[in-house]
Amino acid sequence: MEVEGKARRTGLTEHLQAWLPKIVLSPTILAGAVFIYGFILWTAWISLTPSGLLPRYEFAGFEQYVKLFQNDRWWVASRNLAIFGVLFVGLCILFGLILAILLDQRIRIEGALRTVYLYPMALSFIVTGTAWRWMLNPALGLERLVRQAGFETFTFDWLVNSKMSIYTIVIAGVWQSTGFVMALFLAGLRGIDDSIIRAAQVDGASLPRVYWRIIIPSMRAVFFSSVIILSHIAIKSFDLVMVLTRGGPGYSSDLPATFMYTFAFTRNRLGFGAASAMMMFMAVMAIIVPYLYSELRTQRRV
Amino acid sequence: MSDQGYVVTPKTPGIVAGRIFIYGLLVLAGVYFLLPFLVMVLTSLKSMEDIRTGTLISLPRQITLEPWREAWGSACIGVQCEGIRGYFMNSVRMVIPAVIISTMLGAVNGYVFSKWRFKGSEIIFSLLLIGCFIPFQVILLPMAITLGRFGLAQSLTGLVMVHIVYGLAFTTLFFRNFYVAVPDDLVRAARIDGAGFFTIFWRIILPLSAPIIVVTVIWQTTQIWNDFLFGVVFTGGETQPVTVALNNLVNTSTGVKEYNVDMAAAIIAGAPTLMVYIVAGRYFLRGLTAGAVKG
Repeated sequence: MEVEGKARRTGLTEHLQAWLPKIVLSPTILAGAVFIYGFILWTAWISLTPSGLLPRYEFAGFEQYVKLFQNDRWWVASRNLAIFGVLFVGLCILFGLILAILLDQRIRIEGALRTVYLYPMALSFIVTGTAWRWMLNPALGLERLVRQAGFETFTFDWLVNSKMSIYTIVIAGVWQSTGFVMALFLAGLRGIDDSIIRAAQVDGASLPRVYWRIIIPSMRAVFFSSVIILSHIAIKSFDLVMVLTRGGPGYSSDLPATFMYTFAFTRNRLGFGAASAMMMFMAVMAIIVPYLYSELRTQRRV
Repeated sequence: MSDQGYVVTPKTPGIVAGRIFIYGLLVLAGVYFLLPFLVMVLTSLKSMEDIRTGTLISLPRQITLEPWREAWGSACIGVQCEGIRGYFMNSVRMVIPAVIISTMLGAVNGYVFSKWRFKGSEIIFSLLLIGCFIPFQVILLPMAITLGRFGLAQSLTGLVMVHIVYGLAFTTLFFRNFYVAVPDDLVRAARIDGAGFFTIFWRIILPLSAPIIVVTVIWQTTQIWNDFLFGVVFTGGETQPVTVALNNLVNTSTGVKEYNVDMAAAIIAGAPTLMVYIVAGRYFLRGLTAGAVKG
Protein backbone atom coordinates (compact mmCIF):
# COMPACT_ATOMS: atom_id res chain seq x y z
CA MET A 1 0.00 0.00 0.00
CA GLU A 2 2.59 2.49 1.15
CA VAL A 3 4.92 1.67 -1.71
CA GLU A 4 2.14 2.12 -4.21
CA GLY A 5 1.22 5.56 -2.79
CA LYS A 6 4.78 6.72 -2.98
CA ALA A 7 5.09 5.51 -6.52
CA ARG A 8 1.98 7.37 -7.55
CA ARG A 9 3.25 10.56 -5.95
CA THR A 10 6.59 10.46 -7.76
CA GLY A 11 4.65 9.71 -10.91
CA LEU A 12 2.64 12.86 -10.39
CA THR A 13 5.61 15.13 -9.59
CA GLU A 14 7.49 13.70 -12.52
CA HIS A 15 4.52 14.42 -14.67
CA LEU A 16 4.46 17.96 -13.34
CA GLN A 17 8.20 18.28 -13.86
CA ALA A 18 7.77 17.25 -17.48
CA TRP A 19 5.11 19.90 -17.97
CA LEU A 20 6.80 22.65 -15.99
CA PRO A 21 9.09 23.87 -18.79
CA LYS A 22 6.10 24.22 -21.10
CA ILE A 23 4.03 25.97 -18.43
CA VAL A 24 6.87 28.40 -17.73
CA LEU A 25 7.27 29.12 -21.42
CA SER A 26 3.58 29.50 -22.15
CA PRO A 27 3.23 33.25 -21.38
CA THR A 28 6.03 34.00 -23.85
CA ILE A 29 4.62 31.67 -26.47
CA LEU A 30 1.22 33.26 -26.05
CA ALA A 31 2.69 36.78 -26.23
CA GLY A 32 4.68 35.86 -29.32
CA ALA A 33 1.71 34.25 -31.01
CA VAL A 34 -0.56 37.23 -30.35
CA PHE A 35 1.75 40.25 -30.42
CA ILE A 36 4.08 39.14 -33.19
CA TYR A 37 2.27 36.75 -35.48
CA GLY A 38 -1.30 37.71 -34.65
CA PHE A 39 -0.54 41.39 -35.07
CA ILE A 40 1.27 40.85 -38.37
CA LEU A 41 -1.82 39.05 -39.68
CA TRP A 42 -4.01 41.83 -38.29
CA THR A 43 -1.95 44.44 -40.14
CA ALA A 44 -2.14 42.33 -43.28
CA TRP A 45 -5.91 42.24 -42.86
CA ILE A 46 -6.16 46.03 -42.35
CA SER A 47 -4.10 46.49 -45.50
CA LEU A 48 -6.79 44.61 -47.45
CA THR A 49 -9.64 46.82 -46.21
CA PRO A 50 -10.70 50.36 -47.09
CA SER A 51 -9.93 51.53 -43.51
CA GLY A 52 -9.46 55.26 -43.12
CA LEU A 53 -9.62 57.03 -39.79
CA LEU A 54 -11.13 53.96 -38.13
CA PRO A 55 -10.52 50.32 -38.97
CA ARG A 56 -13.31 48.87 -41.14
CA TYR A 57 -13.09 45.18 -41.69
CA GLU A 58 -14.57 44.69 -45.13
CA PHE A 59 -12.50 43.12 -47.85
CA ALA A 60 -11.30 45.50 -50.51
CA GLY A 61 -8.72 43.33 -52.23
CA PHE A 62 -5.41 44.89 -53.09
CA GLU A 63 -6.84 48.36 -53.54
CA GLN A 64 -4.50 49.92 -50.95
CA TYR A 65 -1.45 48.35 -52.58
CA VAL A 66 -2.52 49.62 -55.98
CA LYS A 67 -2.86 53.11 -54.50
CA LEU A 68 0.51 52.71 -52.83
CA PHE A 69 2.23 51.84 -56.09
CA GLN A 70 0.58 54.80 -57.79
CA ASN A 71 1.70 57.13 -55.03
CA ASP A 72 4.59 59.34 -56.02
CA ARG A 73 5.65 59.87 -52.42
CA TRP A 74 5.99 56.12 -51.87
CA TRP A 75 8.39 55.89 -54.80
CA VAL A 76 10.42 58.79 -53.45
CA ALA A 77 10.61 56.97 -50.12
CA SER A 78 11.61 53.69 -51.80
CA ARG A 79 14.20 55.39 -53.98
CA ASN A 80 15.58 57.15 -50.91
CA LEU A 81 15.81 53.83 -49.12
CA ALA A 82 17.80 52.43 -52.04
CA ILE A 83 20.18 55.41 -52.00
CA PHE A 84 20.47 55.44 -48.24
CA GLY A 85 20.75 51.66 -47.97
CA VAL A 86 23.51 51.26 -50.53
CA LEU A 87 25.58 54.19 -49.26
CA PHE A 88 24.99 53.44 -45.59
CA VAL A 89 25.89 49.75 -45.88
CA GLY A 90 28.79 50.34 -48.27
CA LEU A 91 30.41 53.22 -46.40
CA CYS A 92 29.99 51.65 -42.96
CA ILE A 93 31.67 48.48 -44.17
CA LEU A 94 34.44 50.34 -45.99
CA PHE A 95 35.33 52.63 -43.08
CA GLY A 96 34.71 49.95 -40.48
CA LEU A 97 37.06 47.53 -42.24
CA ILE A 98 39.79 50.14 -42.71
CA LEU A 99 39.62 51.16 -39.06
CA ALA A 100 39.65 47.54 -37.92
CA ILE A 101 42.73 46.71 -40.03
CA LEU A 102 44.56 49.80 -38.80
CA LEU A 103 43.64 49.04 -35.20
CA ASP A 104 44.90 45.50 -35.60
CA GLN A 105 48.51 46.66 -36.10
CA ARG A 106 49.42 46.33 -32.42
CA ILE A 107 48.34 49.85 -31.57
CA ARG A 108 49.24 51.00 -28.08
CA ILE A 109 46.12 53.09 -27.44
CA GLU A 110 43.74 50.60 -29.04
CA GLY A 111 41.37 50.44 -26.07
CA ALA A 112 40.89 54.19 -25.90
CA LEU A 113 40.41 54.53 -29.66
CA ARG A 114 37.90 51.70 -29.74
CA THR A 115 35.91 53.38 -26.99
CA VAL A 116 35.86 56.62 -28.97
CA TYR A 117 34.84 54.95 -32.26
CA LEU A 118 32.00 53.09 -30.66
CA TYR A 119 30.38 55.60 -28.31
CA PRO A 120 27.79 56.85 -30.85
CA MET A 121 26.18 53.40 -30.75
CA ALA A 122 25.26 53.99 -27.10
CA LEU A 123 23.34 57.14 -27.99
CA SER A 124 19.86 57.53 -29.36
CA PHE A 125 19.60 58.61 -32.98
CA ILE A 126 17.51 61.45 -31.64
CA VAL A 127 20.45 62.73 -29.59
CA THR A 128 23.06 62.39 -32.33
CA GLY A 129 20.57 63.65 -34.91
CA THR A 130 20.13 66.80 -32.85
CA ALA A 131 23.88 67.37 -32.98
CA TRP A 132 24.06 66.77 -36.74
CA ARG A 133 21.08 68.99 -37.38
CA TRP A 134 22.91 71.80 -35.66
CA MET A 135 26.21 71.19 -37.45
CA LEU A 136 24.60 70.88 -40.89
CA ASN A 137 22.53 74.01 -40.33
CA PRO A 138 23.35 76.25 -43.31
CA ALA A 139 23.30 79.57 -41.48
CA LEU A 140 25.42 78.87 -38.44
CA GLY A 141 26.91 75.40 -38.89
CA LEU A 142 29.69 73.93 -41.04
CA GLU A 143 29.02 76.34 -43.88
CA ARG A 144 29.75 79.30 -41.64
CA LEU A 145 32.82 77.58 -40.18
CA VAL A 146 34.37 77.03 -43.61
CA ARG A 147 33.41 80.51 -44.81
CA GLN A 148 35.07 82.11 -41.82
CA ALA A 149 38.17 80.05 -42.54
CA GLY A 150 38.46 82.03 -45.77
CA PHE A 151 36.38 80.15 -48.35
CA GLU A 152 33.70 82.75 -48.67
CA THR A 153 31.66 81.17 -51.43
CA PHE A 154 31.46 77.76 -49.76
CA THR A 155 27.89 76.51 -49.60
CA PHE A 156 26.67 73.46 -47.75
CA ASP A 157 22.90 73.53 -47.70
CA TRP A 158 22.08 69.81 -48.01
CA LEU A 159 19.74 69.93 -45.03
CA VAL A 160 17.37 72.32 -46.81
CA ASN A 161 18.09 71.24 -50.37
CA SER A 162 15.50 68.74 -51.55
CA LYS A 163 17.94 67.13 -54.00
CA MET A 164 20.55 66.51 -51.29
CA SER A 165 18.62 66.10 -48.05
CA ILE A 166 18.74 62.28 -48.08
CA TYR A 167 22.54 62.45 -48.02
CA THR A 168 22.51 64.23 -44.67
CA ILE A 169 20.83 61.10 -43.30
CA VAL A 170 23.65 59.06 -44.83
CA ILE A 171 26.31 61.27 -43.18
CA ALA A 172 24.79 60.99 -39.72
CA GLY A 173 23.94 57.29 -40.09
CA VAL A 174 27.43 56.32 -41.22
CA TRP A 175 28.99 58.35 -38.42
CA GLN A 176 26.82 56.54 -35.89
CA SER A 177 27.28 52.95 -37.09
CA THR A 178 30.85 52.73 -38.42
CA GLY A 179 32.29 51.93 -34.99
CA PHE A 180 29.97 48.98 -34.67
CA VAL A 181 31.10 47.48 -37.98
CA MET A 182 34.69 48.17 -36.93
CA ALA A 183 34.07 46.09 -33.80
CA LEU A 184 32.64 43.21 -35.84
CA PHE A 185 35.61 43.19 -38.20
CA LEU A 186 38.11 43.52 -35.37
CA ALA A 187 36.63 40.45 -33.71
CA GLY A 188 36.90 38.66 -37.08
CA LEU A 189 40.54 39.69 -37.50
CA ARG A 190 41.39 38.46 -34.01
CA GLY A 191 39.91 35.09 -34.89
CA ILE A 192 42.30 34.54 -37.82
CA ASP A 193 45.13 32.10 -37.25
CA ASP A 194 48.42 34.03 -37.05
CA SER A 195 50.40 31.18 -38.55
CA ILE A 196 48.77 31.67 -41.97
CA ILE A 197 49.87 35.30 -41.99
CA ARG A 198 53.37 34.41 -40.87
CA ALA A 199 53.70 31.70 -43.49
CA ALA A 200 52.66 34.13 -46.22
CA GLN A 201 55.10 36.75 -44.96
CA VAL A 202 57.91 34.22 -44.91
CA ASP A 203 57.04 33.45 -48.52
CA GLY A 204 57.74 37.10 -49.24
CA ALA A 205 54.22 38.52 -49.56
CA SER A 206 53.92 42.16 -48.48
CA LEU A 207 51.53 43.06 -45.70
CA PRO A 208 48.94 44.82 -47.91
CA ARG A 209 49.02 41.81 -50.20
CA VAL A 210 48.48 39.44 -47.28
CA TYR A 211 45.45 41.46 -46.25
CA TRP A 212 44.03 41.75 -49.74
CA ARG A 213 44.54 38.16 -50.82
CA ILE A 214 44.24 36.15 -47.60
CA ILE A 215 42.77 37.99 -44.64
CA ILE A 216 39.90 39.94 -46.20
CA PRO A 217 38.60 36.98 -48.26
CA SER A 218 38.68 34.81 -45.13
CA MET A 219 36.27 37.18 -43.39
CA ARG A 220 33.41 36.46 -45.75
CA ALA A 221 31.16 35.57 -42.82
CA VAL A 222 31.72 38.95 -41.16
CA PHE A 223 30.95 40.77 -44.42
CA PHE A 224 27.81 38.72 -44.76
CA SER A 225 26.52 39.48 -41.26
CA SER A 226 27.48 43.16 -41.54
CA VAL A 227 25.49 43.54 -44.75
CA ILE A 228 22.48 41.81 -43.20
CA ILE A 229 22.57 43.80 -39.96
CA LEU A 230 23.15 47.14 -41.67
CA SER A 231 20.44 46.59 -44.32
CA HIS A 232 18.10 45.69 -41.52
CA ILE A 233 18.97 48.94 -39.69
CA ALA A 234 18.54 50.86 -42.95
CA ILE A 235 15.05 49.54 -43.65
CA LYS A 236 13.95 50.31 -40.10
CA SER A 237 15.52 53.82 -40.06
CA PHE A 238 13.04 56.23 -38.64
CA ASP A 239 14.41 58.27 -35.73
CA LEU A 240 17.21 59.90 -37.66
CA VAL A 241 14.96 61.17 -40.42
CA MET A 242 12.38 62.44 -37.95
CA VAL A 243 14.87 64.56 -36.04
CA LEU A 244 17.11 65.66 -38.92
CA THR A 245 14.72 66.58 -41.70
CA ARG A 246 11.22 65.33 -40.74
CA GLY A 247 11.26 63.84 -44.21
CA GLY A 248 11.65 67.27 -45.78
CA PRO A 249 12.04 69.62 -47.49
CA GLY A 250 8.61 68.57 -48.75
CA TYR A 251 8.90 64.80 -48.69
CA SER A 252 12.28 64.67 -50.37
CA SER A 253 14.00 62.70 -47.59
CA ASP A 254 11.14 60.40 -46.67
CA LEU A 255 11.93 56.75 -45.99
CA PRO A 256 9.33 53.94 -45.90
CA ALA A 257 9.35 54.02 -42.08
CA THR A 258 8.51 57.73 -41.93
CA PHE A 259 6.06 57.32 -44.80
CA MET A 260 4.19 54.64 -42.86
CA TYR A 261 4.15 56.76 -39.69
CA THR A 262 2.88 59.83 -41.53
CA PHE A 263 0.00 58.07 -43.28
CA ALA A 264 -1.04 55.74 -40.47
CA PHE A 265 -0.75 58.12 -37.54
CA THR A 266 -0.89 61.73 -38.67
CA ARG A 267 -3.05 61.45 -41.79
CA ASN A 268 -5.21 58.64 -40.41
CA ARG A 269 -5.19 56.48 -43.50
CA LEU A 270 -5.01 53.15 -41.71
CA GLY A 271 -5.38 50.79 -44.67
CA PHE A 272 -2.87 52.69 -46.75
CA GLY A 273 -0.38 52.87 -43.86
CA ALA A 274 -0.86 49.14 -43.21
CA ALA A 275 -0.09 48.36 -46.84
CA SER A 276 3.19 50.27 -46.62
CA ALA A 277 4.02 48.49 -43.34
CA MET A 278 3.46 45.14 -45.04
CA MET A 279 5.84 46.14 -47.82
CA MET A 280 8.51 46.93 -45.22
CA PHE A 281 7.83 43.66 -43.47
CA MET A 282 8.26 41.67 -46.65
CA ALA A 283 11.49 43.48 -47.50
CA VAL A 284 12.95 42.67 -44.08
CA MET A 285 11.84 39.05 -44.22
CA ALA A 286 13.38 38.60 -47.65
CA ILE A 287 16.72 39.51 -46.06
CA ILE A 288 16.39 37.98 -42.60
CA VAL A 289 14.78 34.58 -43.17
CA PRO A 290 17.55 33.16 -45.41
CA TYR A 291 20.09 34.60 -42.98
CA LEU A 292 18.51 33.00 -39.92
CA TYR A 293 18.09 29.77 -41.80
CA SER A 294 21.79 29.59 -42.68
CA GLU A 295 22.79 30.66 -39.14
CA LEU A 296 20.68 27.98 -37.50
CA ARG A 297 21.91 25.36 -39.92
CA THR A 298 25.58 26.09 -39.30
CA GLN A 299 24.88 26.02 -35.58
CA ARG A 300 23.32 22.60 -35.79
CA ARG A 301 26.23 21.28 -37.80
CA VAL A 302 28.72 22.36 -35.11
CA MET B 1 61.98 36.21 -32.59
CA SER B 2 59.94 38.96 -31.02
CA ASP B 3 57.80 38.06 -28.03
CA GLN B 4 54.63 37.68 -30.09
CA GLY B 5 56.35 35.52 -32.64
CA TYR B 6 55.82 37.92 -35.56
CA VAL B 7 58.36 38.12 -38.32
CA VAL B 8 61.01 40.48 -37.06
CA THR B 9 61.33 43.54 -39.25
CA PRO B 10 64.19 46.03 -38.87
CA LYS B 11 63.11 49.56 -37.94
CA THR B 12 63.91 51.27 -41.21
CA PRO B 13 62.79 54.90 -41.74
CA GLY B 14 60.07 53.53 -44.02
CA ILE B 15 58.60 51.39 -41.26
CA VAL B 16 58.71 54.27 -38.79
CA ALA B 17 56.97 56.56 -41.28
CA GLY B 18 54.36 53.86 -41.81
CA ARG B 19 53.70 53.62 -38.09
CA ILE B 20 53.32 57.39 -37.80
CA PHE B 21 50.94 57.34 -40.76
CA ILE B 22 48.78 54.64 -39.15
CA TYR B 23 48.65 56.44 -35.81
CA GLY B 24 47.85 59.69 -37.62
CA LEU B 25 44.89 58.14 -39.44
CA LEU B 26 43.54 56.49 -36.31
CA VAL B 27 43.74 59.67 -34.25
CA LEU B 28 42.14 61.63 -37.08
CA ALA B 29 39.26 59.16 -37.12
CA GLY B 30 38.97 59.56 -33.36
CA VAL B 31 38.70 63.33 -33.73
CA TYR B 32 36.02 62.84 -36.38
CA PHE B 33 33.95 60.67 -34.06
CA LEU B 34 34.42 62.99 -31.09
CA LEU B 35 33.79 66.25 -32.93
CA PRO B 36 29.98 66.20 -32.88
CA PHE B 37 30.03 65.59 -29.15
CA LEU B 38 32.54 68.38 -28.55
CA VAL B 39 30.42 70.73 -30.65
CA MET B 40 27.40 69.79 -28.54
CA VAL B 41 29.20 70.53 -25.28
CA LEU B 42 30.68 73.80 -26.58
CA THR B 43 27.37 75.01 -27.96
CA SER B 44 25.53 74.17 -24.76
CA LEU B 45 27.88 76.44 -22.81
CA LYS B 46 27.46 79.49 -25.07
CA SER B 47 24.96 82.30 -25.01
CA MET B 48 22.85 82.82 -28.17
CA GLU B 49 24.78 86.03 -28.81
CA ASP B 50 27.99 84.02 -28.69
CA ILE B 51 26.55 81.44 -31.09
CA ARG B 52 25.48 84.08 -33.61
CA THR B 53 28.92 85.68 -33.73
CA GLY B 54 31.14 82.61 -33.35
CA THR B 55 31.53 79.33 -35.23
CA LEU B 56 30.84 75.69 -34.37
CA ILE B 57 34.20 75.10 -32.78
CA SER B 58 34.96 78.54 -31.35
CA LEU B 59 35.30 78.51 -27.59
CA PRO B 60 32.60 80.25 -25.56
CA ARG B 61 33.62 83.81 -24.71
CA GLN B 62 31.86 83.42 -21.44
CA ILE B 63 30.76 80.04 -20.14
CA THR B 64 27.10 80.03 -19.19
CA LEU B 65 25.04 77.29 -17.59
CA GLU B 66 21.81 79.07 -18.38
CA PRO B 67 21.00 76.76 -21.40
CA TRP B 68 21.33 73.72 -19.13
CA ARG B 69 19.02 75.25 -16.53
CA GLU B 70 16.52 76.11 -19.24
CA ALA B 71 16.70 72.68 -20.92
CA TRP B 72 16.14 70.92 -17.63
CA GLY B 73 13.47 73.10 -16.11
CA SER B 74 11.89 75.78 -18.29
CA ALA B 75 12.23 75.16 -22.04
CA CYS B 76 8.93 75.00 -23.90
CA ILE B 77 7.94 71.61 -25.32
CA GLY B 78 4.55 71.88 -26.97
CA VAL B 79 2.48 74.15 -24.75
CA GLN B 80 4.26 73.19 -21.54
CA CYS B 81 7.26 75.26 -20.50
CA GLU B 82 8.78 73.04 -17.85
CA GLY B 83 11.86 71.68 -19.61
CA ILE B 84 12.64 68.02 -20.14
CA ARG B 85 12.79 67.12 -16.45
CA GLY B 86 9.39 65.46 -16.35
CA TYR B 87 10.03 63.51 -19.56
CA PHE B 88 13.39 62.38 -18.26
CA MET B 89 11.63 60.97 -15.20
CA ASN B 90 9.09 59.28 -17.49
CA SER B 91 11.96 57.48 -19.20
CA VAL B 92 13.35 56.40 -15.83
CA ARG B 93 9.95 55.12 -14.74
CA MET B 94 9.58 53.30 -18.05
CA VAL B 95 13.04 51.71 -18.21
CA ILE B 96 13.21 50.23 -14.70
CA PRO B 97 10.15 47.93 -14.76
CA ALA B 98 10.53 47.09 -18.46
CA VAL B 99 14.17 46.03 -18.05
CA ILE B 100 13.61 44.03 -14.86
CA ILE B 101 10.60 42.10 -16.15
CA SER B 102 11.94 41.39 -19.63
CA THR B 103 15.28 40.22 -18.22
CA MET B 104 13.67 37.89 -15.68
CA LEU B 105 11.38 36.32 -18.25
CA GLY B 106 14.26 36.05 -20.70
CA ALA B 107 16.37 34.17 -18.16
CA VAL B 108 13.69 31.56 -17.47
CA ASN B 109 12.86 31.22 -21.17
CA GLY B 110 16.51 30.82 -22.10
CA TYR B 111 16.84 28.17 -19.42
CA VAL B 112 13.97 26.16 -20.92
CA PHE B 113 15.18 26.57 -24.51
CA SER B 114 18.68 25.35 -23.63
CA LYS B 115 18.27 22.83 -20.80
CA TRP B 116 14.68 21.56 -20.98
CA ARG B 117 14.19 21.17 -24.68
CA PHE B 118 11.04 19.41 -25.70
CA LYS B 119 9.61 18.35 -29.00
CA GLY B 120 9.05 21.51 -31.01
CA SER B 121 10.98 23.84 -28.68
CA GLU B 122 13.59 24.56 -31.34
CA ILE B 123 10.91 25.58 -33.80
CA ILE B 124 9.25 27.79 -31.21
CA PHE B 125 12.61 29.39 -30.51
CA SER B 126 13.22 30.06 -34.21
CA LEU B 127 9.76 31.59 -34.56
CA LEU B 128 10.42 33.79 -31.54
CA LEU B 129 13.76 34.80 -32.98
CA ILE B 130 12.03 36.33 -35.99
CA GLY B 131 10.43 38.68 -33.46
CA CYS B 132 13.87 40.28 -33.02
CA PHE B 133 13.91 41.31 -36.62
CA ILE B 134 10.43 42.37 -37.69
CA PRO B 135 10.13 46.03 -38.56
CA PHE B 136 7.92 47.29 -35.77
CA GLN B 137 5.81 49.29 -38.22
CA VAL B 138 4.06 46.03 -38.95
CA ILE B 139 2.63 45.78 -35.40
CA LEU B 140 2.04 49.46 -34.62
CA LEU B 141 -1.55 49.72 -35.80
CA PRO B 142 -2.93 46.61 -34.05
CA MET B 143 -1.03 47.55 -30.90
CA ALA B 144 -2.44 51.07 -30.94
CA ILE B 145 -5.95 49.69 -31.41
CA THR B 146 -5.46 47.08 -28.65
CA LEU B 147 -3.99 49.55 -26.15
CA GLY B 148 -6.89 51.88 -26.86
CA ARG B 149 -9.40 49.14 -26.22
CA PHE B 150 -7.84 48.34 -22.82
CA GLY B 151 -7.73 52.01 -21.84
CA LEU B 152 -3.94 52.09 -22.00
CA ALA B 153 -3.57 54.45 -24.96
CA GLN B 154 -1.15 57.32 -24.30
CA SER B 155 -0.12 55.78 -20.98
CA LEU B 156 3.26 54.90 -19.57
CA THR B 157 1.92 51.52 -18.41
CA GLY B 158 1.01 50.65 -21.99
CA LEU B 159 4.46 51.70 -23.20
CA VAL B 160 6.17 49.56 -20.53
CA MET B 161 4.12 46.56 -21.64
CA VAL B 162 5.04 47.12 -25.28
CA HIS B 163 8.73 47.26 -24.38
CA ILE B 164 8.49 44.06 -22.35
CA VAL B 165 6.71 42.14 -25.11
CA TYR B 166 9.08 43.15 -27.91
CA GLY B 167 12.16 42.92 -25.69
CA LEU B 168 11.41 39.31 -24.78
CA ALA B 169 12.70 37.86 -28.03
CA PHE B 170 16.08 39.50 -27.47
CA THR B 171 16.44 38.68 -23.79
CA THR B 172 15.46 35.06 -24.46
CA LEU B 173 18.03 34.85 -27.24
CA PHE B 174 20.79 36.24 -24.99
CA PHE B 175 20.13 33.85 -22.12
CA ARG B 176 19.55 30.84 -24.35
CA ASN B 177 22.86 31.32 -26.17
CA PHE B 178 24.66 31.76 -22.85
CA TYR B 179 23.11 28.69 -21.23
CA VAL B 180 23.84 26.51 -24.25
CA ALA B 181 27.51 26.80 -23.25
CA VAL B 182 26.77 25.58 -19.69
CA PRO B 183 27.55 21.82 -19.59
CA ASP B 184 24.41 19.69 -19.69
CA ASP B 185 26.09 17.27 -17.27
CA LEU B 186 25.66 19.79 -14.47
CA VAL B 187 21.92 19.75 -14.99
CA ARG B 188 21.78 15.99 -15.53
CA ALA B 189 23.68 15.25 -12.32
CA ALA B 190 21.35 17.52 -10.36
CA ARG B 191 18.32 15.79 -11.85
CA ILE B 192 19.62 12.39 -10.84
CA ASP B 193 20.02 13.78 -7.32
CA GLY B 194 16.33 14.61 -7.43
CA ALA B 195 16.53 18.37 -8.01
CA GLY B 196 13.55 19.80 -9.87
CA PHE B 197 13.12 22.45 -12.55
CA PHE B 198 13.25 25.50 -10.29
CA THR B 199 15.79 24.09 -7.84
CA ILE B 200 18.27 23.61 -10.66
CA PHE B 201 17.55 27.08 -11.96
CA TRP B 202 18.05 28.77 -8.58
CA ARG B 203 20.94 26.67 -7.28
CA ILE B 204 22.96 25.95 -10.42
CA ILE B 205 22.02 28.11 -13.38
CA LEU B 206 21.33 31.49 -11.80
CA PRO B 207 24.62 31.66 -9.83
CA LEU B 208 26.46 31.25 -13.15
CA SER B 209 24.46 33.95 -14.87
CA ALA B 210 26.00 37.18 -13.57
CA PRO B 211 27.78 38.13 -16.84
CA ILE B 212 24.80 37.51 -19.08
CA ILE B 213 22.48 39.35 -16.69
CA VAL B 214 24.79 42.37 -16.91
CA VAL B 215 24.89 42.15 -20.72
CA THR B 216 21.12 41.82 -20.97
CA VAL B 217 20.33 44.61 -18.50
CA ILE B 218 22.70 46.96 -20.30
CA TRP B 219 21.32 46.04 -23.72
CA GLN B 220 17.70 46.44 -22.64
CA THR B 221 18.37 49.69 -20.77
CA THR B 222 20.06 51.21 -23.82
CA GLN B 223 17.44 49.96 -26.26
CA ILE B 224 14.46 51.08 -24.22
CA TRP B 225 15.92 54.40 -23.12
CA ASN B 226 16.86 55.23 -26.71
CA ASP B 227 13.58 54.09 -28.24
CA PHE B 228 11.70 56.70 -30.18
CA LEU B 229 9.22 54.83 -32.38
CA PHE B 230 7.14 53.24 -29.61
CA GLY B 231 7.33 56.41 -27.55
CA VAL B 232 6.07 58.67 -30.31
CA VAL B 233 3.26 56.31 -31.34
CA PHE B 234 1.98 55.07 -27.98
CA THR B 235 2.34 58.10 -25.69
CA GLY B 236 1.27 61.69 -25.87
CA GLY B 237 1.63 64.92 -23.93
CA GLU B 238 2.83 64.41 -20.41
CA THR B 239 3.54 60.70 -20.67
CA GLN B 240 6.17 60.99 -23.40
CA PRO B 241 9.67 59.60 -22.84
CA VAL B 242 12.66 61.91 -23.08
CA THR B 243 13.60 61.03 -26.68
CA VAL B 244 10.19 62.14 -27.92
CA ALA B 245 10.34 65.32 -25.84
CA LEU B 246 13.80 66.11 -27.20
CA ASN B 247 12.57 65.66 -30.76
CA ASN B 248 9.64 67.97 -30.05
CA LEU B 249 11.94 70.56 -28.50
CA VAL B 250 14.34 70.47 -31.45
CA ASN B 251 11.56 70.60 -34.02
CA THR B 252 9.58 73.42 -32.43
CA SER B 253 9.42 76.11 -35.03
CA THR B 254 7.91 78.91 -32.96
CA GLY B 255 10.10 81.68 -31.60
CA VAL B 256 13.86 82.02 -31.80
CA LYS B 257 15.71 78.72 -32.20
CA GLU B 258 17.85 78.27 -29.13
CA TYR B 259 20.56 75.88 -30.26
CA ASN B 260 22.36 76.03 -26.94
CA VAL B 261 19.24 74.79 -25.14
CA ASP B 262 18.76 72.05 -27.77
CA MET B 263 22.30 70.83 -27.23
CA ALA B 264 22.04 70.86 -23.44
CA ALA B 265 18.78 68.91 -23.66
CA ALA B 266 20.35 66.41 -26.08
CA ILE B 267 23.28 65.82 -23.73
CA ILE B 268 20.92 65.33 -20.79
CA ALA B 269 18.82 62.86 -22.82
CA GLY B 270 21.94 60.95 -23.87
CA ALA B 271 23.74 61.06 -20.52
CA PRO B 272 22.33 57.87 -18.93
CA THR B 273 23.20 55.55 -21.82
CA LEU B 274 26.54 57.27 -22.32
CA MET B 275 27.36 56.68 -18.65
CA VAL B 276 26.40 53.03 -18.98
CA TYR B 277 28.69 52.76 -22.00
CA ILE B 278 31.63 54.41 -20.27
CA VAL B 279 31.27 52.32 -17.11
CA ALA B 280 30.50 48.99 -18.76
CA GLY B 281 31.61 49.30 -22.38
CA ARG B 282 32.88 45.74 -22.52
CA TYR B 283 29.47 44.32 -21.68
CA PHE B 284 27.78 46.78 -24.00
CA LEU B 285 29.85 45.54 -26.93
CA ARG B 286 29.11 41.94 -26.05
CA GLY B 287 25.41 42.62 -26.13
CA LEU B 288 25.76 44.44 -29.42
CA THR B 289 27.59 41.62 -31.15
CA ALA B 290 25.57 38.86 -29.49
CA GLY B 291 22.31 40.54 -30.44
CA ALA B 292 23.45 41.22 -33.94
CA VAL B 293 25.45 38.26 -35.13
CA LYS B 294 24.23 35.16 -33.39
CA GLY B 295 21.04 33.35 -34.14
